Amino acid sequence: MPMTMAEKIMAKASGNREAKAGEIVMANIDVAMTHDLTGPLSVESFRKIGLKNVWDPDKIVVLFDHQVPADSLDAAANHIMLREFVEEQSINNFYDVREGVCHQVLPEKGHIVPGEVVVGTDSHTCTHGALGAFSTGIGSTDMAMVFATGKLWFKIPETIKFDIQGSLKDYVYAKDVVLHIIGEIGADGATYKACEFAGETTRKMSVSERMVLCNMAIEMGGKTGLVEPDEKTVNYLKNRTNKEYEILRTDPDAESLKTLEINVNDLEPQIACPHNVDNVKPISEVDGTSIDQVFLGSCTNGRLEDLRTAAEIVKGHQVSDKVRMLVIPASREVYLQAMDEGLLRIFAESGALVCNPCCGPCLGGHIGLVGPGEVSLSTSNRNFQGRQGSPEAEVYLSSAAVAASSALNGSITDPRE
Amino acid sequence: MKDKIKGRVWKFGDDIDTDIIIPGRYLVITDENELAKHVMEGLDPEFYSKTEEGDIILAGKNFGCGSSREHAPIALKAAGISAVVAESFARIFYRNAINVGLPLLEFEEISSSFDEGEEIELDMDKGVLKNERTGKEYEVKKLPEFMLEILNNGGLIPYLKEKLKEEM
Repeated sequence: MPMTMAEKIMAKASGNREAKAGEIVMANIDVAMTHDLTGPLSVESFRKIGLKNVWDPDKIVVLFDHQVPADSLDAAANHIMLREFVEEQSINNFYDVREGVCHQVLPEKGHIVPGEVVVGTDSHTCTHGALGAFSTGIGSTDMAMVFATGKLWFKIPETIKFDIQGSLKDYVYAKDVVLHIIGEIGADGATYKACEFAGETTRKMSVSERMVLCNMAIEMGGKTGLVEPDEKTVNYLKNRTNKEYEILRTDPDAESLKTLEINVNDLEPQIACPHNVDNVKPISEVDGTSIDQVFLGSCTNGRLEDLRTAAEIVKGHQVSDKVRMLVIPASREVYLQAMDEGLLRIFAESGALVCNPCCGPCLGGHIGLVGPGEVSLSTSNRNFQGRQGSPEAEVYLSSAAVAASSALNGSITDPRE
Repeated sequence: MKDKIKGRVWKFGDDIDTDIIIPGRYLVITDENELAKHVMEGLDPEFYSKTEEGDIILAGKNFGCGSSREHAPIALKAAGISAVVAESFARIFYRNAINVGLPLLEFEEISSSFDEGEEIELDMDKGVLKNERTGKEYEVKKLPEFMLEILNNGGLIPYLKEKLKEEM
């Protein structure tokens, strides 16, 4: 039977030869990730089940990234509780405050390989589909069930294949492509679907750019993002992992497959406007909007390519006096490489604040909150009302290039100008 | 879970995200009664003080979109919300709500069938919604059996404990 990649991975994980969209299966979990914000509830729920030990400590990854270093006594207490849990359960894959954002650190450290099932108590766990894994966000109670049994039920999703064709113009990036797609199909346009990104444009993209596409699958309701693994995937995995893996591909005649063609030849930089990610406009319509803060970072756009792009734009210039610019590399690896390339110096000289790898202002729970009436321009993935602090603040989303040019001008600015 | 759930209606629009239901700065809190005090604060800071035990939320498309935070259905339940009926739900919220024992139903014609403040009755077993004022009944899609079983046990954890007991 012809199947999609999502169906093949689910069939394998549930011990079946075939699997079909719509079926409910009990799947074996290969990687289960939790972090400092949703971990405490997961552990509490696990304790309530009454089992002494987790099913397999080697398949669990615990990481601190949302509130690092601890910014309150509550955060410190959550960190202490999780450190004790990790120790008690002999979980070796533990990354304390020093490594960075989970969706960058897990692939970097070799935890993610094609063909596996990954769950995380974070909705942007869909990012890992960029390496060909079926990867999805779950809640804390579901995670407790995984901790206890190593299994979770799934309704196998249908697949939307985004066949992306064409060449991106200068200063147009994967972020603009995915914002454009979300604007077209809406915040619920792919609800419970596997979002497979394909086509010549996707093939030309680096693994980091593919992560940007998959990261935002959840912003259209997607269950997972996916990209068919190729030689770029294999190269990325080399020296990062010693896990064995199987590359699975979507059959073109799979029944549950729907293909949408996207042409990006004429795409200009895209902006998601307050307060919904699908409120997307070409930059020409919002050019000149005044801003108070710029956030360059997150699991969407805090990677080395993003820092390089932004540094090239701000080099030799000063961030506007009216603007606070926060630069937050997504991981220690990114931070160190950016340091070696002199990028952090360029940012500091331009007047930007360079912070330690963490989620930063993305979720409005740690550093860099925006106040009432303020406007934030952010390279992250959500602009919901109140997301970065005050419910009376506004958040716009963009690529790293737009963030950099706008920081210099004090208003939303097309980097091509 | 009772077979029939009755309560006063609060209406909300489309795309009510989890940052509205419980803003990120409260996620360090794990006590459900503390979380409840901030429920829906993103849209209406007074919402908690206006709700009564048993109230029911009616909303538009894509309710619960965004973050995987289980704090969202926990806060709603702890604030006394006895069920959520929406035109559609985001999937992580949907699973989380069932898992914490917060009943859900999908119904596409909410805006024309109920007004804020009216009484609504949900028959979870039959899949019927009733407007207590007009007496009109609306058939909706029932939840799958195993989800009803989880809800009847009060959530996934009590359900799982029950299952583990049976296996022993």
